[in-house]
Amino acid sequence: MTLLNLVLFLPLIGFLVVLLLPKNNPGLIKMVTLIAAIGIFVLSLGLTQPVFNPEVAGSAGKGVWFITDVPWIQSPEIRYHVGLDGLSVWLVLLSTLLTPISVLISWNYISNRQKEFYAFLLLLEFGLIGVFVALDLFLFYVFWEVCLVPMYFLIGVWGHERRIYAAVKFFLYTMAGSVLMLAAIIYLYNKGGTFDYVNLLDMMQRGRLTLSPTEQNWLFLAFFLAFAIKVPLFPLHTWLPDAHVEAPTAGSVMLAAVMLKMGTYGIVRFCLPMFPQAARENAWWIVILAIIGIIYGALVALVQPNMKKLVAYSSVSHLGFVILGIFSFNQPGLDGAVYQMLNHGISTGALFMLVGYLYERTHTLEIKDYGGVSTVAPWLATTFLITTLASIGLPTLNNFIGEFLVLQGSAYVNIWWTVFAATGVILSAGYMLWMYQRTFMGETNAHLHGHMHDMNGREAVAFLPLLVLMVWMGTYTQTFLPTITAANTRILEQSKSGVEFRVNAQQGGIPAAAKEMGNAR
Amino acid sequence: MPSAVPLSWYLILSAILFCLGIAGFIFRRNIITVFMSIELMLNAVNLSFIAFSYQLRQVDGHIFSFFVMVVAAAEAAVGLAIILTVFKNRATLAIDDVSSMNN
Amino acid sequence: MQHLWLIPLFPFLGFLINGLFGRKWPNSLVGAVAVGSVVASFAWVVKVLLGVGELEHAYVERYFTWIQSGGVNIGVDLAVDRLTAVMLLVVTGIGSLIHIYATGYMSHEGGFYRFFSYLNLFMFFMLTLVLGANYLLLFVGWEGVGLCSYLLIGFYTLKKSAGDAAKKAFIVNRIGDFGFSLAMFLIMVNFGSLDFGTVMAKVAPLPVEQTMGILTIIALLLFVGATGKSAQVPLYVWLPDAMEGPTPVSALIHAATMVTAGVYMTARSATIFTHAPMAMEVVAVVGVITAVMAATIGMTQFDLKKVFAYSTVSQLGYMFIACGVGAFSAGIYHVVTHAFFKALLFLGAGSVIHALEGEQDMRHMGGLRKKIPITFAVLCCAWVAIAGIPGTSGYFSKDAILLAAHHHHPWMYWVGVITAGMTAFYVSRSMFMTFWGEYRGHHHPHESPAIMWVPLAILAALSLAGGKLFDVPHYLEPLFPMAHEEHDMTLVAIASSAGFIGIGLAYFMYVLSPGIPKSIAATLGPIYKLVYNKYFVDEVYDATVVSPMVAGSRSVLWRVVDAGVIDGIVNGTGTVARGIGSVLRTLQSGQIRSYAAWVTAGSVIVLVALSFLAGGAQ
Repeated sequence: MTLLNLVLFLPLIGFLVVLLLPKNNPGLIKMVTLIAAIGIFVLSLGLTQPVFNPEVAGSAGKGVWFITDVPWIQSPEIRYHVGLDGLSVWLVLLSTLLTPISVLISWNYISNRQKEFYAFLLLLEFGLIGVFVALDLFLFYVFWEVCLVPMYFLIGVWGHERRIYAAVKFFLYTMAGSVLMLAAIIYLYNKGGTFDYVNLLDMMQRGRLTLSPTEQNWLFLAFFLAFAIKVPLFPLHTWLPDAHVEAPTAGSVMLAAVMLKMGTYGIVRFCLPMFPQAARENAWWIVILAIIGIIYGALVALVQPNMKKLVAYSSVSHLGFVILGIFSFNQPGLDGAVYQMLNHGISTGALFMLVGYLYERTHTLEIKDYGGVSTVAPWLATTFLITTLASIGLPTLNNFIGEFLVLQGSAYVNIWWTVFAATGVILSAGYMLWMYQRTFMGETNAHLHGHMHDMNGREAVAFLPLLVLMVWMGTYTQTFLPTITAANTRILEQSKSGVEFRVNAQQGGIPAAAKEMGNAR
Repeated sequence: MPSAVPLSWYLILSAILFCLGIAGFIFRRNIITVFMSIELMLNAVNLSFIAFSYQLRQVDGHIFSFFVMVVAAAEAAVGLAIILTVFKNRATLAIDDVSSMNN
Repeated sequence: MQHLWLIPLFPFLGFLINGLFGRKWPNSLVGAVAVGSVVASFAWVVKVLLGVGELEHAYVERYFTWIQSGGVNIGVDLAVDRLTAVMLLVVTGIGSLIHIYATGYMSHEGGFYRFFSYLNLFMFFMLTLVLGANYLLLFVGWEGVGLCSYLLIGFYTLKKSAGDAAKKAFIVNRIGDFGFSLAMFLIMVNFGSLDFGTVMAKVAPLPVEQTMGILTIIALLLFVGATGKSAQVPLYVWLPDAMEGPTPVSALIHAATMVTAGVYMTARSATIFTHAPMAMEVVAVVGVITAVMAATIGMTQFDLKKVFAYSTVSQLGYMFIACGVGAFSAGIYHVVTHAFFKALLFLGAGSVIHALEGEQDMRHMGGLRKKIPITFAVLCCAWVAIAGIPGTSGYFSKDAILLAAHHHHPWMYWVGVITAGMTAFYVSRSMFMTFWGEYRGHHHPHESPAIMWVPLAILAALSLAGGKLFDVPHYLEPLFPMAHEEHDMTLVAIASSAGFIGIGLAYFMYVLSPGIPKSIAATLGPIYKLVYNKYFVDEVYDATVVSPMVAGSRSVLWRVVDAGVIDGIVNGTGTVARGIGSVLRTLQSGQIRSYAAWVTAGSVIVLVALSFLAGGAQ
């Protein structure tokens, strides 16, 4: 029983325990959920042990830790194969961190069907962790779908007026993509005889499993579509604003901060190493879509009258950077993309949280109903400003590092990509600061008096970890980046086409050269 | 005595019974009659199973027909219970009148 | 180790302390923390400069790796060379004086602690900017000072105009930063490093580019960044609006330090610029255009701070002329002297505004000479300095620039001389309108307290003597070798006389016969209106860029593309599926017997088909 299994299954156990609790004691339910979520987070901190002590974990040189590989279903052979590497470890931590925070911010916000709500939060955590650690394609698919269910209910039951529409749209969009992915997974099984990702990859690289270019292309597209919808990549993004606007705060936070990363994680984990040639051949239009998404998301965000919609469109823009970084196929680009995934999770999660705080006080999301909030709630205004600044990529805060690396990575490939993508940075300042100005500056809106009070202790405690991370990740990247770099170096090696890969493996070339280059400042 | 009665006779009997079952199912309106028609069809199939099993000297057909009988018995128990409940609630056994899926 | 990191750390601690606890503290304690932190930083700068010796070469301290990924490796490294030393002294020195002044100026304002924590944060970023040993760290400071400028312009949060001005400043700066960041990416791609030392060492041996090469592109992009931060054409529009902030902010950020960051960055990248003569030409021409354009606008404005704001834009134009003609040390020289006299002008103006309880319109001033004599006296020092009267600090730096310009292109010299005349004119105009004649307002002017005028007095002394005292070009010679051309006294005399003519003209127009300006304005009519309305640049930007973008995003992208086309397709798919379903649902009648009939019919069809197929096979 590795620590990873414990962290993975505790949320499921928590889910069952919460379901068994009496319905009429919401205090107990909240307490149990919170304790469970915090406990899981504390345990998950142990998962970073190999990051700082590679020898301890016995990683066997493969860079994958906490491996469990046991049969789950005999026929067809589906294995319970999980493991953690530098790519997934931070995403797992992000999930375990945001779950207790989501519990805290829902404390007073959710008043009906509390038991189901908190149970679903834990189920969602289970699914999310599972997605990031699964190393068996079928297992991955199962977790992928497990995530879908609680989120569907979080939006559909505890959302705002148009929640059913939003929930159904969210569900159908995601299903449409994931069905294609399932088809691709089954095709791979028929071809390679296993669902095991590691085995499949190994076979591909040893030349025991070869896919014709057409096959690779179709499989890549099937996987990519499923992930691109989740990201979401322009023009598949229209479910996102609706889902965010209608979702309760905790739902928005989990959706923006972690669920969207399932898509980008999937691309990095599966699309790149398994279908390297197809990924490279399709990169040109994907990059164009990503850049359109960056600019388009920013422009549309500029004119949104609704705060949550604005932040949702800004997510479209920010995730465009992630896609751009991934399809630059070089170390800075990919590192930046992964770093940006974490950054976006933290800063956009924080933004949704703060918007939720405002909503709890006034029950409106329209920007025009606010104004002058900073006078009555200075700490709320300060935290909102810091988050806004993180989101627009101010140096010393986290997003800057990701955006810088992504743009630098794209500049190595094609400077014009950088030119267009960087306009998104200008526009982000425009829409975020405009929103900030209209919400927090000026004369205090008359009907805010009496409703608006400053952050309370619980709200501050929920926000603080994210604030610390924004500064930490912006100023001292060495905690996070080396692990990510190591994982990405492997993925980049794998994403070279088969022949090239073997040549490189014999020379041991690329990583050493990269290291040498890296040390010269 | 294997050649006493040819296989085809059994099969023809089975087919006739099966068609009677279908006809009963489609044309009768009383739920109990419909239910009995289903049993008739099942037994028609059983008959052909047994006949083939005997002809081919294999035990598989017997096993299958036992399965069918067990399932049919269970089904009869459940089905009759449902019919009883329906009759209690609706005071009718006409099959077209108890349709509630049709809006 | 000289512990350079302590220099920015002091103000940062001040920011943290005041930001976290200042709200409940008395103003005196907040002020002491803020001023103390900057003075400590100044003291540490002096200690470091005494400790590092002659600084023939840059003194670098490396702390830790900031970002490392593939070939990208950026460290948190600080460095001091002579250029940095000059900037450090200006920033911390002037910064200390302005902090002291501000404790008096802001004493009646709400949000005292907020003001000083922002101001300290600004010092932190500005010091990071000048100390950073690579482009990215410079960029950190660059963006950071932009942020503080945003916060401080919008300091009066209740005023909508303040919020608008703050946002405008940030976004226009972002456009400049866009160019700067692209330049960084190109430097990284082409030279594999952002470290100043490494990059310059790699650029130096390259041939000078006569055509549009990579260095020219990099230099031009860097200059785009500089036009944003240092308010050059076409991105100068934010600086006049930035006067919405409290006056000490205008003095510190929008006159003495932050806006000169562009000049500093250009001088820092001198090696790149000197390899790209085309880019240099662009820099010089943009500098000339800015200097002239801003000076003309400055002559027509009535808001005291706006006049000085346009004056700042114009003077920054001078500095870029210097950089563009290759006289980087002259540019930095002007940065230093300008910091003295422009900070003094703004603080003096602040003292006037303070005396008049917030009045900024010069039409409601006048005759203040006797009412606030100390302010008048110190402002006179700034006045002669900016007008370039021989012996004052402005005289030396302006001459250095104009001579270099003449050496490069004589027409630039002549335009510079005319601009110098205009500069003298508009500053004199504002002085005469403020201090001469009869008082036209309705407040009761009172002199500022000592805590405000003592820093003014120090700045006044520096404005008068600072040029002679600090021979910056000579000090910077190891970095920017001077071309020892003839010190042509005729050219110097012409330039100085332009200053006198400007003052004389203003005296004639605003003291002797005050009716003339109006009649000139009436005669010139449309031209005057054009200049008075700042060439309608804001309106043009709004009509050509901002409005179309917002309207296009709203009515095309959002409502049509997003809600119409994309969602239309999605919902259309749903409608089609529902339509097919509604046809098929008629089969599901709910009648068991019809289902049975269908099943039977289906089975029969399958059986028949199978028997036909079997028959066909035989």
